[in-house]
Amino acid sequence: MRLPHPNPDDLGLDYLEVRGLTVDFDGFKAVDGVDLTLLQGRVHFLIGPNGAGKTTLVDAVTGLVPATGLARYRNQDLLSVRSHKIVRAGIGRTFQTATVFEELSVLQNLDIAGGVHRSPFALLRARRGVPSYVADALETVGLADLRDRPAGVLAHGQKQWLEIGMLLVQDAKVMLLDEPVAGMSAEEREETGALLQRIGEERTIVVIEHDMDFVRSFADVVTVMHAGKVLIEGSVAEIQASPEVQEVYLGRTVEGTTHA
Amino acid sequence: MKSFARSYGPLVAIAVLAVLLLVVAPAVLSPFRLNNLGKYCCWAIAAVGIGLAWGRGGMLVMGQGVFFGIGGYAMAMHLKLEAAGPEGIPDFMLLYGDGTMPGWWEPFRSGAFTLFAIVALPAIAAAILGYAVFKRRVKGAYFAILTQALAVVFATLLIATIQETGGFNGLNQFTFFFGYNLYDPVNKKMVYSIAAGLLVACLVVVWQLYRSRFGELLVATRDAEERVRFLGHDPANVKLAAFVIAAVMASIGGAMFAPIAGIISPSDVDATASIFLIAGVALGGRALLLGPALGAIAVGYGRSTLSESFPDQWTYFLGALFIAVILLFPAGLASLFGKAWSRLPRRKAAPA
Amino acid sequence: MDSFTTPLLAGTATGALLLIAALGLALTFGQMGVINMAHGEFLMAGAYATYLTQQVVTNTDVSVLVALPVAFLVAGLLGLLLEVTVISWMYRRPLDTLLVTVGVGLVLQQLAKDVFGAQGDPVRTPGWLEGNIDVFGYHWPYRQMFTIVLALMALTALAALLKYSSFGRQIRATVQNRDLAETVGIRTRTVDRITFFVGSGLAGIGGVAVSLISGTNPRLGTAYIISAFLVVVAGGLGQLKGTVIAAFAVGIATSFFADWTSASMAQVATFALVVVFLQVRPQGLFVVRSRGLA
Ligand SMILES: Nc1ncnc2c1ncn2[C@@H]1O[C@H](COP(=O)(O)OP(=O)(O)O)[C@@H](O)[C@H]1O
Ligand SMILES: [Mg+2]
Repeated sequence: MRLPHPNPDDLGLDYLEVRGLTVDFDGFKAVDGVDLTLLQGRVHFLIGPNGAGKTTLVDAVTGLVPATGLARYRNQDLLSVRSHKIVRAGIGRTFQTATVFEELSVLQNLDIAGGVHRSPFALLRARRGVPSYVADALETVGLADLRDRPAGVLAHGQKQWLEIGMLLVQDAKVMLLDEPVAGMSAEEREETGALLQRIGEERTIVVIEHDMDFVRSFADVVTVMHAGKVLIEGSVAEIQASPEVQEVYLGRTVEGTTHA
Repeated sequence: MKSFARSYGPLVAIAVLAVLLLVVAPAVLSPFRLNNLGKYCCWAIAAVGIGLAWGRGGMLVMGQGVFFGIGGYAMAMHLKLEAAGPEGIPDFMLLYGDGTMPGWWEPFRSGAFTLFAIVALPAIAAAILGYAVFKRRVKGAYFAILTQALAVVFATLLIATIQETGGFNGLNQFTFFFGYNLYDPVNKKMVYSIAAGLLVACLVVVWQLYRSRFGELLVATRDAEERVRFLGHDPANVKLAAFVIAAVMASIGGAMFAPIAGIISPSDVDATASIFLIAGVALGGRALLLGPALGAIAVGYGRSTLSESFPDQWTYFLGALFIAVILLFPAGLASLFGKAWSRLPRRKAAPA
Repeated sequence: MDSFTTPLLAGTATGALLLIAALGLALTFGQMGVINMAHGEFLMAGAYATYLTQQVVTNTDVSVLVALPVAFLVAGLLGLLLEVTVISWMYRRPLDTLLVTVGVGLVLQQLAKDVFGAQGDPVRTPGWLEGNIDVFGYHWPYRQMFTIVLALMALTALAALLKYSSFGRQIRATVQNRDLAETVGIRTRTVDRITFFVGSGLAGIGGVAVSLISGTNPRLGTAYIISAFLVVVAGGLGQLKGTVIAAFAVGIATSFFADWTSASMAQVATFALVVVFLQVRPQGLFVVRSRGLA
């Protein structure tokens, strides 16, 4: 299962390659020379203590903070492109605090995410009916019963599902999910994990998460970050066996999970 | 049936307004009052655009007077040249200048060019400013201040160029409107009807925009601009589109204002005039379909009436209006009707 | 030499005036997110305070010095009144405060017109400010130098207040993280009020300087407010030095443009300059960074 540096030629085009990625906040390196290869069809977990630079890494890849190094997807250099172009290239993300359009309904939230596929002229027409891809996403994330509710009234977990649904509508080939199950109940986590495995077949899914139970159940590959650097990458078993990881991460989270 | 009412109900309201403006008003109002109503319609056209940019798009456009002025001066230049006759030059240039006409006036002899310019010039100006500002993510108060500064600069420029634009006095004494004598009451009525018709047309345009996906996207951009970026849209383009449409509407309003008011001068287009346009929109309800237009007509009416009886008190009124409306009814007076309406008992909507 | 020193020195004086006006704006905008469009009218109030002080204290040599604290108090109290009666109700609706204060500005302007007349009144220059100093062939009026001295004094006082007083620390804490400041026991609403008082008071000081140059006039504030706002926009929020640099840059640039073209073209050019500048630095010279999808 261990695939730290596969030969890119074997992989087709659908992988996200990160080399030497560095984010410098006025001298403080929040991300420091990170190398990652994210492959299609895997649920990839990014773990590490608070402040390790996980969110910043995702921010850098999605154009939210300036970074140096290389981040490439389908021969496109992501670091020189604006956020909305990155999304159009097929890379979608969610946010640590779910950000949906609170005043729009669930359905409208999903529909608006389909805008990437519409011509400017089509934008001038009113919405009629529910496009099939929106209906599909609604089913997949299990929010069909709530489709006419304003997104603002959804529970925290439901908002995260809605965000994932929006990525499905966008047809994001790479999904970067920032702590999607934080604050979810045990059943909700199960459902989310199953959802990720279901949609992960033909996608590249990256999940930032702290909870080791969740990681154990659903991770194909785990990357551990610490202080802006990649500490180790491998299967769950390998990660758990690593003394370094024990020291910087697991030791603390084992205590930390009890409160969650 | 219900969704039909929801989608087309506003259209019915627009139709009612159209009948009032185009059929009832000309029948019952004196020529003087009708002409005044025509002025309010011109302000309302600009206000409809402000509703789009500010109410729906969240861009507080404090300098719409500039675009109102671009349209107004473009039209006024044509009317001046029409009044001067072929080969003639506007009277004020003989008075203040050396009797030669600047070259950039020449194309405005053509009515077709003028009409084109009324749409194209504000669109170009707004596109350039908007591009520079939105692409660099300048927004909120910064944007509002920049637009107001633009209005100040524009008016200063007009006042300083007396030989080219009539300076402080502006452009006035028009005699013909595309061949129709403006002293003939029948023709004045026609000019009024064009303005009222254009107002109705602008309302239909924003109605379609508001119900379109673009309208949803614009509101989404207003409420969570950065989030829209992660839907794959550049929010700058969304805002730019709304800003340009608003500018063109203001320009159309200004273009009709010149022949109806018989004058366009810096005081019609400066920062205070722009603020005045905002006042109507705020009063009527910035995010509503008819709110801005009705608010602008009401404020215009209030201005005429008050300045007839108390010329100096108008400013107090305008100031107090701002304070009261923004403080007490930030969503505008029309929203009160909306609230009352939603309190009415009615059949519960069937689940979809 | 003359075509260089004249605009440079005159522009520095204009810059100083803009600085006094912009300091207060930047302070309240930075801390509370409030855009006070009536700030120009507070400037005007300071000018009228100077005029009125001269009616009472007839010795022109001292009346200007008396006018300084008077103008500070008058404008400051007006600001406080505005904060308490209007702005505190519109907490976290910054664009709306902008509009409300537009209304307040209109009312104050009309009030000045009704009370003092539309024409405006002259303010007498004290003897010790008559005359000028010869700098490379430019007769630099003492009045312009006085403006610069005043601006530097206001700046120093404000900087010292922010840096060394406990009130200054509370302000800085509130600017950086309002919620956190509240949880550590800072009464942010009180801090807001005092900030508003100080910021508006500074406009009053600016009014004294303006009145010495152009007398009083109900529309006096409108002439400066837009440039002052452009200074705030270009300077960025959060650090005084941004405002200082921007104020002198705008003042001097306008002065040079006016020298090369005309006063009105200078306004156009300055506006264009600020827009172009924002292409390079959209948030102004200096920014306080915040995280996330703001
Ligand atoms: N915009 C920023 N400016 C300065 N420091 C930042 C910024 N964003 C993040 N950081 C710092 O970078 C480090 C990594 O943060 P983050 O990526 O959010 O960690 P994680 O998501 O792994 O918990 C933290 O120490 C954080 O304080
Ligand atoms: Mg994080």
